[in-house]
Amino acid sequence: MRASPLQLLGQVIAYAMFAVVIGHFTSSPAYTHLNPGLALIKLSFSHAGQHKGDCRQRTPEELAKLAPNMRRPLDCPRGRLPLQVELVLDGEPLYRGELPPSGLAGDGASMAYRKFPVAPGRHHLVARLRDSDRPTGYDYEKEAEITLIPRQNFVIDFRPALGGFLFL
Amino acid sequence: MSGPRRLVRTAFERVENGFDRAFGPDWNPLHQLGALGWFFYWITIVSGIYLYIFFDTGINQAYQSLEYLTHVQWYAGGVMRSLHRYASDALIIVMMLHLLREYVMDRYRGARWFTWFTGVPLLWLVFACGISGYWMVWDILAQYIAIATTEWLDALGIFGESIARNFLTPATLSGRFFTLMVFIHIAVPLVMLLVMWIHILRQRNAKVNPPIGLAAGTLAMLLVLSFVKPALSQAPADLGVVPSVINLDWFYLAAYPLLDRLPGRVMWAIAASATLFLLVLPWLPPLRRPAPARVDLDNCNGCGRCVEDCPFSAVALQPRTDGTGFSQEAVVANELCTSCGICVGACPTSTPFRRTTELIPGIDLPDLRIQVMRDKTLAAASGLSGNARVLVYGCDQGPDLNRLRVPGVAVLTLPCIAMLPPSFLDFIIMRHHADGVFLTGCAEGDCHYHLGIQWTEQRLAGERDPYLRKRVPRERIGEFWSGLTHGKRLERELADFQDRLRALPPLKRRTVEYTSEGAVRHD
Repeated sequence: MRASPLQLLGQVIAYAMFAVVIGHFTSSPAYTHLNPGLALIKLSFSHAGQHKGDCRQRTPEELAKLAPNMRRPLDCPRGRLPLQVELVLDGEPLYRGELPPSGLAGDGASMAYRKFPVAPGRHHLVARLRDSDRPTGYDYEKEAEITLIPRQNFVIDFRPALGGFLFL
Repeated sequence: MSGPRRLVRTAFERVENGFDRAFGPDWNPLHQLGALGWFFYWITIVSGIYLYIFFDTGINQAYQSLEYLTHVQWYAGGVMRSLHRYASDALIIVMMLHLLREYVMDRYRGARWFTWFTGVPLLWLVFACGISGYWMVWDILAQYIAIATTEWLDALGIFGESIARNFLTPATLSGRFFTLMVFIHIAVPLVMLLVMWIHILRQRNAKVNPPIGLAAGTLAMLLVLSFVKPALSQAPADLGVVPSVINLDWFYLAAYPLLDRLPGRVMWAIAASATLFLLVLPWLPPLRRPAPARVDLDNCNGCGRCVEDCPFSAVALQPRTDGTGFSQEAVVANELCTSCGICVGACPTSTPFRRTTELIPGIDLPDLRIQVMRDKTLAAASGLSGNARVLVYGCDQGPDLNRLRVPGVAVLTLPCIAMLPPSFLDFIIMRHHADGVFLTGCAEGDCHYHLGIQWTEQRLAGERDPYLRKRVPRERIGEFWSGLTHGKRLERELADFQDRLRALPPLKRRTVEYTSEGAVRHD
């Protein structure tokens, strides 16, 4: 195609407009995901509650009837208890909830993943968790004085092998 | 075509007219959206291969290797990185416009459902490519994308462990995740290429390369943009700090802010519903499909011209089944046939000169048989008078031709202009049924059936079989591809054509006298 000067000008304008659209929207306008004046407390862990009933010791006869790879000495009910979790910040409840076990049969770990934007500064934080069938109270508890800076990602993890709650 | 759709299509064509003026119909970018999509795909592939040579998949090294490319090797690596990003952004733009345009132009239903249907997965694949690409930079944008995406995936509830926990703290991050990302970022484009190939499988002569001039201009534009505004990383990722203000690529990440506001499962429901809606759109409502083309073996010698000309590969040749001396016969795949009639226009037996027998061509449209077309032509021509009698042929997808019904002009329409065999023009002009023939239809470069205008022009120019015979004076044939938006200019073009016809000397009549010595032609 042999273009006239006017056509060439039109093409240049069209290309320029295309470039401006790409160049602009490839990184603008900026998006505010979290108010830069806030910090974030993130509660995230995976933990299995205790079994819904008591485990029973299998007799040697019972074990012998099982396939060799399935000879576990304890016979436990499959379902697990939900977890009761509570976070208290400066005496005020930040989160209180029940985490059901995962899996179709309710036999998997309970998973928590919650985010709480909070004001930076010094805070008193308490984390509690119940994974047993006790009617009141909690099996694990940790409290600490924490100082948050703006945009800080403060993580609350839970690992029983390390003593329970971890403030990271 | 329904009223509202016709209105939207008219609006689309008006925008395209502006591009026509600058680029011409052949280079019009809106006529080349699919081809431009392929072009941008290849740019991202080539630039991506270059970037991969220098990319390091370590947690800290990923960012550093891209910083090296951007700032130290700016003249090559930096340009390639910018081309990679901007071509992929441009791919999103042309892909979305392509989708919208095909819908507006009603090119997604009936036999064309397959092309639409196979295009829908491409949307997911393109976004997967782009998102995994941004992830690999491992700056704060990548951190935001990684966390938002894995939280969204976790909302599905099908993973045994939370994927988002991989990005909980710097200690939980594994370099293997980047290796996985590289794998995804290479594997998904390959799958995409396969689906792109399937997407055009039923299109004959599918445009996968834009015209060289348009390609050169587009590449130059991307290069200029790459130098003027190089693609840069944002601050390096730090899982101890929450990304707060982020420069998003809105072409790929426009839905991400919604993930901050709506529950993940709601977003999955929206995404799944939108995908399902797009997938079933060709049947909402289903197109009332005209009867497909039908082969008449008594008149088909298996020449294959219909096979060559069908834009949708709906006609094929197979071994002869009727025991005649011909080796092959045409066969129509009904589910692929759009009933455009281009095959009828290509059939050498579709000649109106056959007056002694019933006019049945080798392939015909049951809803508009070529014999009916000849009868309509003769009836329309018999009502013409004056010294500039014109028969106008238009297509059903083109402009409203009623405005052309003036004294000395008769109008006939076909599904596609390429259904008109060149022999009809010969018949009309050389048999003095009219002084001229005027052809019109879709906008130039944008035939509803892809190839109708192209095939028609090539047949008239003697470049494509069946040819228009040389004896037909070309000055008695006019054409203007008006689309929906050039109605007034179409009237002017037709009036000018009539003026030119009046200025021509009368066409000599040829008569044939049969004597005992044979036929004698008198000019």
